Amino acid sequence: MSSTIIKVEHLTKKFILSHDAPERYKSLRDVIAKKARGMIEKKQKKNETQEEFAALQDVSFEIRKGDRVGIIGRNGAGKSTLLKILSRITEPSEGRITIKGRVASLLEVGTGFHPELTGRENIFLNGAILGMSRSDIRRQFDAIVDFAEIDKFLDTPVKRYSSGMYVRLAFAVAAHLEPEILIVDEVLAVGDLKFQQKCLGKMEDVSRNQGRTVLFVSHNMGIISNICNVGYVFQNGRLLYTGKTSDAINLYLDNAKELESYEARDKDKPVSFKSVFFSSASGDRKNEFAHDEPVRIRFEIQNILSKNVDIGVAVLDRFKSKVFTTIRNLDLGKVSNNGLMVDCEIPHSFLAPGSYSLDVALFNSKITSYEYINDILPFKVIDNGTELAAFEGADYGSVLCNCNWDYEA
Amino acid sequence: MTVSVEPGMTDQPAGPASQVPELVIEPGRSEKNYWGDLWRYRELFYILSWRDVKVRYKQTVLGAAWGIIRPLLTMIIFTIIFGRVAKLPTEGTAPYAILVYAAMLPWQFFANALGEASASLVGNSNLITKVYFPRLIIPASSVIVSLVDFGISFLLLILLMVWYRFVPSGHIIFLPFFIIMAFLASFGISLYLTALNVKYRDFRYIIPFIVQFGLYVSPVGFSSSVVPEKWRLLYSLNPMVAVIDGFRWCILGEQRIFLPGFILSSLVTVFFCIIGIWYFRKTEKSFADNI
Repeated sequence: MSSTIIKVEHLTKKFILSHDAPERYKSLRDVIAKKARGMIEKKQKKNETQEEFAALQDVSFEIRKGDRVGIIGRNGAGKSTLLKILSRITEPSEGRITIKGRVASLLEVGTGFHPELTGRENIFLNGAILGMSRSDIRRQFDAIVDFAEIDKFLDTPVKRYSSGMYVRLAFAVAAHLEPEILIVDEVLAVGDLKFQQKCLGKMEDVSRNQGRTVLFVSHNMGIISNICNVGYVFQNGRLLYTGKTSDAINLYLDNAKELESYEARDKDKPVSFKSVFFSSASGDRKNEFAHDEPVRIRFEIQNILSKNVDIGVAVLDRFKSKVFTTIRNLDLGKVSNNGLMVDCEIPHSFLAPGSYSLDVALFNSKITSYEYINDILPFKVIDNGTELAAFEGADYGSVLCNCNWDYEA
Repeated sequence: MTVSVEPGMTDQPAGPASQVPELVIEPGRSEKNYWGDLWRYRELFYILSWRDVKVRYKQTVLGAAWGIIRPLLTMIIFTIIFGRVAKLPTEGTAPYAILVYAAMLPWQFFANALGEASASLVGNSNLITKVYFPRLIIPASSVIVSLVDFGISFLLLILLMVWYRFVPSGHIIFLPFFIIMAFLASFGISLYLTALNVKYRDFRYIIPFIVQFGLYVSPVGFSSSVVPEKWRLLYSLNPMVAVIDGFRWCILGEQRIFLPGFILSSLVTVFFCIIGIWYFRKTEKSFADNI
């Protein structure tokens, strides 16, 4: 049972970042203009605008058959790139991977769903996209419909589905794939709690009872520790640790301290964060706050091409569950395109001492999400003398509440 | 019991894939099993073609009638302008409307295929960045959609022939050959353009221009016998010239095919196919990074 099913040797993936062209696709005009300029200026400063960025660097590991591997790491640590290479969406720059068995990857729920087609049609379409044959789908059809709980809406176009139904159907198709290796990227963060539980149960069943190998990326440590028996920690494109899940999670949580501010990498959006950082009330940058001082989050927003933008922040506790979410509409009618500073202050004596991080988002109320950055900027609230100080390290919740106590003898 | 079982084969479902394929991923490696993969993913090709056909006419009031209306209206205008106003000669005794329509069929197919296929990769970028399959399937399935349109407009040709009481020539049995040629011509050029479109989005503006321009450069509204003899060979550099002449030869049967031109056109078609597939394969691996 413990034969190697995936073997990765010295895997490296490099991207070329060109600083003068932030768009991902080029326009012919730019290329021609650049060539023409190049001819005139000859070879002056030729390589200054290009920089290599290694999303994965010399990663080697072996996964045994039946392992349930949880892959954790911060945004940009190389997790998604690894999954994309394993599922053959992009090519590695160097290295070699040997895989014994069929791989099905679920990097997104409902890939290829077409809104105009009915649920029934989409089951066949999505199944084929994920690599099932028509006879497989036919055989599993009833089980899929049953799992998704949509039998009444089977012949309705999915554009009329509620988002919950949509996700259920999409996951149901994926759950009935029968590959030897299943790759899942953070797709369980959707759907209601009951369905999430059902999906997790299905995933456990798939790996534990049917002996399939699962690779699972998530920021939710709770889910990782429930499902996986092996944990891999990635940091800056390198594989930092492989071993017991609980050790991997602890290492990841400890490491999360280092990052102090967020700097934008992707600039071709109608509006985006240029940087996000913490400061004290007096304006000094810091990442550790006493519990009785306010936590100020400063956002620098750039490329403002949209007039109506909402900004949202969620504070995550050390288990990456949301403590609270706050949103604010920004009326950008009068703002110039140059940028904007937004401050958000969490009142003092609200967050309980402990470790936290942020989800930050820019969106246009329910219409579009411009930017959603998950789990960045870890910060700490330090006990400066609460009544719970004696219990430091124990899990006594994430907020402080000044309750009214009363008692009678 | 002494049954030796290969490691890794123990809990395979008894099905078509009962042997474990070993996959090696290396830079440049995907080249080797490409055509095998293409065969393995044929069901995806059917289902994507089916999706595109199905989606094309959903939420349109007239549905498949659009496949007829567009070539019909263009045919009427061309017949009036080239046949009546400019008084260009038809081929033999064939009604000018049929002369135009016989050329309009392959041209519409070519134009649709070019438009659909070249936008197909960018339009399916969500698939490309999330799942693996040979990318050739996407433009190929969108050319199939144009083939379905072609089939629908072909019905109108039959109606036209009944209306004019025109009996097609016996050459019509060769028509499938020219349909394949039209397919290859549009597929090759589309592959090249769609791959370019991933990298340089300018091509979405260039393609409608090619199509519009080509309609007048190709012998759609007039017979290619109008072109002076000494220019015929140069004219045949346009691969659609041979296809259109072939269609007319099959349906009207009046004009002999201009053989040197026909061979040249065929060579150009083959050339575009090879270049298209070569360039597509070359850039395919970076689609997910560039799109």
